Amino acid sequence: MRAVSLQGSNQEDRRERFRTGLRTGIPYAAAGLLVGISFGVLAQPVMGNVAPIVMSALMFAGAAQFAATAVLAAGGGAAAAIAAATLLNLRFGPMGVALAPSLRGGRLSRAFTGQAMIDFSWAAASRGGGRFDARFMVGATLPSYPAWVGGTAIGIFAGDLIGDPAKLGLDALFPAFFLCLLVEGELRPGMPAVVAAVGAAVALALIPFTPAGVPVIAASAAALVGLRRSGDE
Amino acid sequence: MSEVWVTVIVLTVATAVIKGAGPVLVGGRTLPRPAMAVIALLAPGLLAALVVVQTLGAPEGGAFELDARIAGVAAAAVAVSMRAGLLPAVALAAIVTATVRALA
Repeated sequence: MRAVSLQGSNQEDRRERFRTGLRTGIPYAAAGLLVGISFGVLAQPVMGNVAPIVMSALMFAGAAQFAATAVLAAGGGAAAAIAAATLLNLRFGPMGVALAPSLRGGRLSRAFTGQAMIDFSWAAASRGGGRFDARFMVGATLPSYPAWVGGTAIGIFAGDLIGDPAKLGLDALFPAFFLCLLVEGELRPGMPAVVAAVGAAVALALIPFTPAGVPVIAASAAALVGLRRSGDE
Repeated sequence: MSEVWVTVIVLTVATAVIKGAGPVLVGGRTLPRPAMAVIALLAPGLLAALVVVQTLGAPEGGAFELDARIAGVAAAAVAVSMRAGLLPAVALAAIVTATVRALA
């Protein structure tokens, strides 16, 4: 009996965390809709009407999609576009390793949960001490999916009405959002603040010398200072 | 097949593999404490780098591009540090960026 009731409350708790994630994800999805629209507007002349929507639906990775489109628009070809976008996506490697110890279930279900990683939901699901709330993360990602794919479609078919998305300042939405996440959630005094400062400095130093994506991957290495401090806790 | 569709299909597979790799290979295991300490610090470093790159970097990479985004993101920083809340701060970023761009 006890085991049954425990399992019941556990399931309820998981549902609750999923719902909390959903609510947390809505503001980000609103921003995602607008950025999705600007992706659609920029991608349509390069990729046509269908490919950008398929790309948003299957890839679901904002920064990498912008990068691939920019390379194709400049006549760089498929190989260069794939390389640029993959560099931007490589950060999901360490992010996935970070998430992994918090995942339950078989390989397939874990691989599936990994697909729900976006920068925002992953960071918002971080619970300190290296733990992540996977249910919360999946919930927080969910609203962004229809927003991103739908936004792309709107951008494609309403591009003429919208004009240049840069005029609307939409390119400031994501960095502002990540800054808010950092300030409100991750910028705890001590090591997190130091790592954030080092990460920012590394990225700043590498921007002019490396392809897109590399500064962020290199900056994530700042977390290695945790090795030195793990003994002190 | 066109360059566009090759790009879409290869990137779809590559993204799924990258996102799935950690969860499949390390999933469900308890990692040693030093590894967990590193993981705990990944989010602040990564978020800070994303802010810097997306505010100051050229979209195609390899160069700085200093423009109205800086004013917008700075406005959001002030707003969020004054506890304005997330959505107002982010909305302010777009409004300030658009305004500075229109004036420039």
